Amino acid sequence: MMRAMASTEPAIEVRDLRKSYGELEAVRGIDFQVGRGEIYGLLGPNGAGKTSTVEILEGYRARTAGSVSVLGHDPGKRPRELRARVGIVLQSGGIYSHATVAEVLAHFASFYPRPREVAEVIALAGLEEKRDERTRTLSGGQKRRLDLALALIGDPELIFLDEPTTGFDPAARRGAWQAIRSLRELGKTVLLTTHYLDEAQELADRVAIIKGGRILAEGAPHELGVGAGTRYRVAYANGNGEATVVETDDPTQLLHELTGAALARGERLSALSVTRPSLEDIYLELTADA
Amino acid sequence: MPSDVRLLWRQYRFERRLFWRNRSAAFFNFLLPLIFLALFGAIVHGNQSELDVIVPGIAGMSVMSTTFTALAYNLTFLREQGVLKRIRGTPLPSGVYLGGLALNAVTNTAIQIAIVVVAGRLFFNLGWPPHPLALVVFVIVGVAAFALLGVALSHAIPSFDSAPAVVNGVFVPVILISGVFFDVKHVPGFLRAIAQALPLEPLINGLTGGLVPRHGTLGGHLTALAVLGVWGVFGVILAVRGFSWEARRSG
Repeated sequence: MMRAMASTEPAIEVRDLRKSYGELEAVRGIDFQVGRGEIYGLLGPNGAGKTSTVEILEGYRARTAGSVSVLGHDPGKRPRELRARVGIVLQSGGIYSHATVAEVLAHFASFYPRPREVAEVIALAGLEEKRDERTRTLSGGQKRRLDLALALIGDPELIFLDEPTTGFDPAARRGAWQAIRSLRELGKTVLLTTHYLDEAQELADRVAIIKGGRILAEGAPHELGVGAGTRYRVAYANGNGEATVVETDDPTQLLHELTGAALARGERLSALSVTRPSLEDIYLELTADA
Repeated sequence: MPSDVRLLWRQYRFERRLFWRNRSAAFFNFLLPLIFLALFGAIVHGNQSELDVIVPGIAGMSVMSTTFTALAYNLTFLREQGVLKRIRGTPLPSGVYLGGLALNAVTNTAIQIAIVVVAGRLFFNLGWPPHPLALVVFVIVGVAAFALLGVALSHAIPSFDSAPAVVNGVFVPVILISGVFFDVKHVPGFLRAIAQALPLEPLINGLTGGLVPRHGTLGGHLTALAVLGVWGVFGVILAVRGFSWEARRSG
């Protein structure tokens, strides 16, 4: 009954969150909500305030001001019940180097009230071949998969992924993305931070672009930036074959004029395209140093 | 939620298992006091009053190295590797985790003290400890004080690279002036005063009462016990204040 009620409220709710380190204001009043089962991306350059925000939600740091709720708890009070329902994948987490993969997972499983099966988590992380190897023999990518496995062993409802693929080669990245997508199928809520645009676009249901401690834009990756004032880009080659690019807020009107004029002259508009700004354009525009 | 006592026991067993698995570290941990006993036993061979100094001296050094040195190293390493931070993000209570680390260290102390006592009986003509109560009390208070001071020292070590320099920079001078290898009476007055204000000399003083016949009982070493106790209180304050679960970050 309690669980059913709890699941209707957002997994994460942040209101006017602020964090200062002495003079430095790392987070300057941000608001967002993450729904149950959602993959939410915090996207921004290094030093944008992503890690400070996530570490406040994880209970590692105290906030300076604002209110924060994670699965109905205040993470600043570090309740044990909350830690049992959350999995954290750190940017760089060390682990017992003389223990085997299976031993470390079995040991961590003993911390939780309802852990998952060790074998199941090893399979999910794709570490079957390494299960009886000592963790110090793992490659960088395998270590990150063990990080993910350790975050999943307690069968958490909410998973924090801080820069999950930084330093990965392209193949390892694809593998990690697949593992993260499988979390969605398990019904987990995921808060992801990344400075890779394609990663946010690929994985997140919604993205917040964060810079200088503020959220500059928020929405589904394909919707971001669509709305009043969005510049569409219309490209075509004119009758002489010269490439022409026009930017407009109203592509309907522009196309009508262009095609009308071309028809009147008896010409064809070749290489015609209309493009909406990509997440990349918006990201670069928003995060550019003015 | 699993009970704290069960979690502590599991954590302790896990730390022990991994301790033995790191064979070179485990080997030297127990060989070191034996090497020192053998070397100094050979040097002062046949001189019982010198042997009476060496055995409690090595016992005191063992307490310091298994707690102070080991915890300062371990915590610096675990902090730098991010193990402390990772554990902090799980439902394992912090006190249970740190308790497991401490019990692991104390087990090494107990093993080393046992080695020293047996060697004293077999090779140094000391017999079994004449005052086991004094021995036990001083080992317990010494372990507590040095473990806490080791935790405190780890806060002052900037990175694991610099840990050997910092830890040995404290450990070596302290064992040299505190009468581990020779009677503290031979140390110049001002150095002796410093040594007596530090925790190791009082610990060895008390262990002498416990291990060597005719060197007093627990009651005869109360001043030493008081000095050690004050260091223990100091240790609690310094260990708790400034305890950090994360390495200092540059950014």
